[in-house]
Amino acid sequence: MATPARELLQESTHAFHLDEAVDEVFRLMMGISCSPLEESVAEGQETITAVIGLAGAMSGVCTLRCSVDTALRMAECMVGIRPTGLDAMVKDAIGEVCNMVAGAWKGKHGVLAAGCMLSTPAVVTGTNYQLHMQQQEFRIDHNYRFEEHKISISVICESVQ
Amino acid sequence: MSEISALIVDDSSVMRKIVERALRQAGLPLSKVHEASSGIEALDLLKGEQVQLILSDINMPMMDGLEFLRQLRAQELASEVPVVMITTESSEEHVKEAILAGAQGYIRKPFTAEQVKDRVLPLLGMA
Repeated sequence: MATPARELLQESTHAFHLDEAVDEVFRLMMGISCSPLEESVAEGQETITAVIGLAGAMSGVCTLRCSVDTALRMAECMVGIRPTGLDAMVKDAIGEVCNMVAGAWKGKHGVLAAGCMLSTPAVVTGTNYQLHMQQQEFRIDHNYRFEEHKISISVICESVQ
Repeated sequence: MSEISALIVDDSSVMRKIVERALRQAGLPLSKVHEASSGIEALDLLKGEQVQLILSDINMPMMDGLEFLRQLRAQELASEVPVVMITTESSEEHVKEAILAGAQGYIRKPFTAEQVKDRVLPLLGMA
């Protein structure tokens, strides 16, 4: 009988794998390094958040949150052109970064790589909103820095089979 | 080296731009790059256009990349054209499923231009 995903997912490796996944995506797709940050990302300003749903062996979401200026810089690094504002291309770029981070993160856990599917990205803009889930198996909230920009990435696991 | 026409299928316009840039960095002599945002749009486009290479995402709304590939082979559209899947799904199971559906290559996102070159050029006899 297959080992349940819960037994294979070690809490200590979740966060390390997230840091690896984030750095991999930034280095390969934007040519810049992105490293973990101890301090929190400033609240209160307008933010853009990309959300990727996870379903199957693990149910939950992966989110990427940053300021509008940071989102513009990420989009610029990806396509080589500075966007003039928070347009569809910027939202698309942030959604794709979140998608690749979620994919790279789950790809590092054997049981999730094949058994967990990703949704297409959804993007939310606004200020001071929070994401609530009915139940929580575990949650990783990490902040990162690239150049002078800061981003927050969370993996919220609702349930593990 | 003769010029080739390629089709990039991805619901993200940003990813389509990045894939096109990677193909150009790989030294592919591209005469034209067609874009489609879903499998359905790609099948429609292939009824009127000839391409020598297709790169497709898997996780797309409307019709995903694997279904697009199955339909492509079933309808005998571009039956000789190599198809490379570019996706965040990276398990052995996903690769096997793509190969069974008719893909000749598989590239995991995130990727480098070098990886695109290594996977694509041999399929076009340009390695």
